[in-house]
Amino acid sequence: MSALLEIRDLVKTYGEGEAETRVLRGLNLTLEEGELAALLGPSGSGKSTLLTILGTLMKPTSGTYMMLGEELTKASDRELTEFRNRHLGFVFQFHHLLPDFTALENVIFPTAVQQGRETAAARDRGRELLERVGLGHRIDYLSTSLSGGQKQRVAIARALMNRPELVLADEPTGNLDRESAEQVMDLIKEINENEKTTFLISTHDDKIADACKRQIRVKDGLAE
Amino acid sequence: MPYALKIALRYLTASKAQTGLLIAGVAVGVFVFIFMSALIGGLGVFLVQRTVGDISHVTVEAPGREAVSLLSDNPDILVVQQRGATQREQLRTADAFLPMIAAIPGIAATSQQIVGNGFLVRGQATAPVSVTGIEDNKVSAIADIEGNLVDGSTALTNSTVLIGSALAEDLGVSVGQVVRVQSDREAERTLVVGGIFELGVDALDARSAFVSLATARTLFELPQGISRIEIKLSDLNQADAVAARIASETGLKATPWTEGNASLLYGLSAQRNSGDLIKAFALITIIIGVASALLLSTYRRRSEIGIMRAMGASRGFIIFVFVTQGTLIGLIGGLVGAGLGYLSLSPFPVPELAPPGGLPVDVRQGSYGLAIALTTIGAILASILPARSAARVDPVTVIGQ
Repeated sequence: MSALLEIRDLVKTYGEGEAETRVLRGLNLTLEEGELAALLGPSGSGKSTLLTILGTLMKPTSGTYMMLGEELTKASDRELTEFRNRHLGFVFQFHHLLPDFTALENVIFPTAVQQGRETAAARDRGRELLERVGLGHRIDYLSTSLSGGQKQRVAIARALMNRPELVLADEPTGNLDRESAEQVMDLIKEINENEKTTFLISTHDDKIADACKRQIRVKDGLAE
Repeated sequence: MPYALKIALRYLTASKAQTGLLIAGVAVGVFVFIFMSALIGGLGVFLVQRTVGDISHVTVEAPGREAVSLLSDNPDILVVQQRGATQREQLRTADAFLPMIAAIPGIAATSQQIVGNGFLVRGQATAPVSVTGIEDNKVSAIADIEGNLVDGSTALTNSTVLIGSALAEDLGVSVGQVVRVQSDREAERTLVVGGIFELGVDALDARSAFVSLATARTLFELPQGISRIEIKLSDLNQADAVAARIASETGLKATPWTEGNASLLYGLSAQRNSGDLIKAFALITIIIGVASALLLSTYRRRSEIGIMRAMGASRGFIIFVFVTQGTLIGLIGGLVGAGLGYLSLSPFPVPELAPPGGLPVDVRQGSYGLAIALTTIGAILASILPARSAARVDPVTVIGQ
């Protein structure tokens, strides 16, 4: 395995002067290709901030973030948007699907927005992913008509649409019942094993953490 | 289909009631714009038609003999002899100019005339009149006497006269009765009233009499030449240009109708400005309506915009989605409003045919294309602020909510 991403001396502060809060205090982290890692830590430890920076949705105050050979802390907003679209996938706690779109339309969004239109190839890939997450019979259903577990599976399919190297999942099972949570986690493990997609899952759930091959603990803005 | 257009369409069709109301609002604004254009334009046509429809649009006369300072600053001039004023101004060689004038594009009719003042006498009743000698085959060339004849006929002979209805009433004469015409040259002719007209203009109906050119020559002792040439144009707005061209090409004095109707022109201009102001307010209302509705939509869809940004949609893509929505709302609202405007204005007769007291809206002057274009441009401008606001949505903030 080789390093997919490498973070060095990552610092993130909010506010200025006396109101300044240092959330990340020189954090170092390396993720290898094909890893399935859990990101653990109490509330306020900096997990979400780290995940946001890794997702290129926020820039750190200082430090370096290298992924796939690119130094992302120096990239422009346009470059980060493109990088995010091509190399990163997101699964959020509250699924965050587009409510006026069908399951298939939600899944193919990352490809369609990249290509400027919905191609037949993208639709085929979207159908294949939905079949794979067990929602082949819900392809043309509006996302609002799906159950919580089904929505989260659509979100996973969407995260995989552009074949990203890294999927960042923020409490992906936090809003699901136990059965749905296990189904989602089984799906993530299967994709990780079969496609070698790297997953970094932020969670408070010990069962989810145990299901991951590596556990990364964040405490006081540092990774242990 | 471009993907941003698909998203924009989906957003518009997702809230059908809201989109429908928004388009209806834009359509009403466009309807007001079109109605005002048709009304102001129609009123203009109606007023001009009523005021100058039956008068000459360009009048060609011999150059005036305005008094000038012959002495000027030349110290060598010791004696100045004033030119005699007894000679009447007349066009001696009108025949030479007529073919050239008639060939100018936009000239609908020409009428050679001999004019003078006199009295119409019937028994003890006398009325001052303006007598116009016209060619017997061009009686209705300038004023539509044929169309406004209330009695008799327009057939003009050397022994008939056509008079206005108010004049006929003043003198108590009717068609077939005899009147005496006394000119200011002290000539007198006895003529039969051949027709009575009512043009709706007091000055013409109470004070004008039309006779044949031959009769006028006798009355005003003008064996050759004419007083003036009156010209009717197919587009009376071209009067200034045509008059200038005739003056430059013939050296004659050519006076457009606009010179004697400055008040009417000021009135029309003020009316047009008022209409433009109302139209501008209609456009501003459209812009504010579209901008506020899209801003509301931006706020309502903040989390979706954040998700799109997180999934790799650029700021430009988000701007395009919202500007496209504004464009579609403006275009559809413009087309609906223009269609409604045309349909509701179509039953009205054009101002030239509008009955007195009717609404003189002119369906031809609805400015439909302009209304649609301005509305679409306005809606695009109105959507820029919401679009920029949408593009600035921070995905981190809204995803965390």
